[in-house]
Amino acid sequence: MYVYNDFDETFVRTRVAQFRGQVERRIDGSLTEDEFKPLRLMNGLYLQLHAYMLRVAVPYGTLNPAQMRQLAMIADRWDKGYGHFTTRQNIQYNWPKLGDVPDMLEALADVGMHAIQTSGNTIRNVTADHFAGAAADEIEDPRAIAELLRQWSTDHPEFQFLPRKFKIAVTGAAADRAVTRAHDIGLVVVRNDAGEVGYQVIVGGGLGRTPMVGKVLRDFVSKADLLPYVEAIVSVYNLLGRRDNKYKARIKITLHENGIETIRDLVEDRFNAIRAGFGGYDQTLLAEIEKSFAPPAFVTKATDGYEAARLANPAFRSWTDTNLSAHKAAGYAIVSISIKKHGATPGDATSDQMRVMAELADRYGHGELRISHEQNVILPHVHQSDLPAVYAALRKADLATANIGLASDIIACPGMDYCALATARSIPIAQQIATRFDELKIEHDVGPLKIKISGCINACGHHHVGHIGILGLDRAGVENYQITLGGDGSEMTTIGERAGPGFSADDIVPAIERLVTGYLDLRRDPSETFLQTYRRLGLAPFKTLLYPSEDKADAA
Amino acid sequence: MPPRFTPKVVTANALLDGDAVWLTEDDHWSPLMSRAELITDEAHADLRLLQAKARASEIAGAYLADARLGADGPEPVHFREAFRTRGPSNYPHGKQVETPPQT
Ligand code: HEM
Ligand code: SF4
Repeated sequence: MYVYNDFDETFVRTRVAQFRGQVERRIDGSLTEDEFKPLRLMNGLYLQLHAYMLRVAVPYGTLNPAQMRQLAMIADRWDKGYGHFTTRQNIQYNWPKLGDVPDMLEALADVGMHAIQTSGNTIRNVTADHFAGAAADEIEDPRAIAELLRQWSTDHPEFQFLPRKFKIAVTGAAADRAVTRAHDIGLVVVRNDAGEVGYQVIVGGGLGRTPMVGKVLRDFVSKADLLPYVEAIVSVYNLLGRRDNKYKARIKITLHENGIETIRDLVEDRFNAIRAGFGGYDQTLLAEIEKSFAPPAFVTKATDGYEAARLANPAFRSWTDTNLSAHKAAGYAIVSISIKKHGATPGDATSDQMRVMAELADRYGHGELRISHEQNVILPHVHQSDLPAVYAALRKADLATANIGLASDIIACPGMDYCALATARSIPIAQQIATRFDELKIEHDVGPLKIKISGCINACGHHHVGHIGILGLDRAGVENYQITLGGDGSEMTTIGERAGPGFSADDIVPAIERLVTGYLDLRRDPSETFLQTYRRLGLAPFKTLLYPSEDKADAA
Repeated sequence: MPPRFTPKVVTANALLDGDAVWLTEDDHWSPLMSRAELITDEAHADLRLLQAKARASEIAGAYLADARLGADGPEPVHFREAFRTRGPSNYPHGKQVETPPQT
């Protein structure tokens, strides 16, 4: 794992000291809120409905156990004993006091973490496939390049006041687990015909009020060219992006209004102009960074204990069926720890749970943890023979829910329980849906299903790319939930279609239940997933499930 | 005839802990909405908001919220403002458990 060098360390400490001074001046009244707001946002501090919120970056979703323990310590000491893992691989604290935030940032700096550029019109935390460095289907670990991008973008003088926020995601495999096509820039590791490793560069994806799927700007950019090429994109956007209307300021709109050909030509021109200036320094740096992402020393051990435990314990078997993914090393598995216990708040982990996960990573996971954009925690490198012990420890910590990728593994944004921009709540809807599917005991039969919920049009909960998306709105002073269907955040990214009129808070859970139980009758056979069935049949039969009475009215 | 003015309260977040607060008639910030000054005149509302915003070292993000008179004083009209008087619905955190001091 990458460890801060002296430069990173000094930079982060200096920022904390500056922010401490800014907070003091805000508290003594010498800074107004208007003056202070951009300063606090640069350091990840928001003001929500009931309290401040501190958003801490987990760069490319990677954490070591010491960092996880520190996140737990911060939750206990300055918050309410828990943290919220988000779709952008951040952790948010919902109850910090303004005067404590500099100490919280100092505690983060102690373990090489910060909250810089988790807000504002800058290049945000670079996110990555949460299976990076472990996935069997990966061409190359994308985190080295993500770290290079982090270093380059942090405090980059040209890019501190972009027209709007700018999000970059990277993945090292063709199977897209990082939703790269819904980012301002998505980078996918590919091989060219000569077998060299490089990047497919996708631009202009985004969700929010105008969802768009990213388009390929270049099929192949070599590793040596990547940083100047990305800088060229951001630089073209910085000049061309609209600053007159914040709803039209994201690069997706710039691309849409100017056309991809124009953008491509401008980027190529800019790239050719700046490329020489990089002088190979970035490559020296990258080579250094790559060393810190060397794979751990995998071991060879017998796996028969694992097989025996699977046969002996049905609960363990069920968990291994849903929560494990294929690892590149023989005898190893990737463990997804569900932070989606039925009825609990998606993505919330208590400090005790964080410590258990840190301990497991230390003992059985080569000291690595990941945060996924689906708001779960990953132990990327666990030997199969250790899985029974890992499972037993997770069970004790109430972390052994076997539901990864199933109906109750719901992404939900904080919504109106916390967020000042929300138009409706999302957490209680997620809790009720998960509880209902647990009662029905059908989610294993239903199979892969992604339900994603946002509490307003900003789409932080990725509802546009949920197989079932739920958007909470305010209709004449009442919470109302609109359903979209057929969305997909994978390499086949698709924006979901609106199913029809919205549902009240009381009616939304039964509506989702009708959809899912109805799908069981519509599918060809148990191997046809919800999404495949939707793609085959289209909206009509699902609409009938959602609005049965209207259908009868039409027939009458 | 101009549309009837919906009564308002001045609300904000307390500077130090971010807790929702309301401006009282005697210029205090109360954690209880029921203690707020219910403003029925538009010009007076604008003035009170300006005065509130000037108190930079006490609060952040002051704005006018719709309210109506209830049994104990002003009550929220919109559900967003109702949540602000209670706290989140997923945990017993915030005002619903931290009984605010009498002001
Ligand atoms: C204080 C709370 C938050 C605020 C004020 C906020 C604000 C916003 C806004 C304004 C947008 C729309 C951007 C645009 O369309 O240009 C947005 C998008 C987004 N936010 Fe948030 N957000 C908050 C919390 C979160 C959380 C908790 C997550 C992660 C779970 C998140 C992840 C995202 C994502 C993934 C998008 C959509 C992707 C895109 O940028 O197009 N946000 N947010
Ligand atoms: S989608 Fe809306 S309600 Fe949800 S976190 Fe984003 S801004 Fe807040």
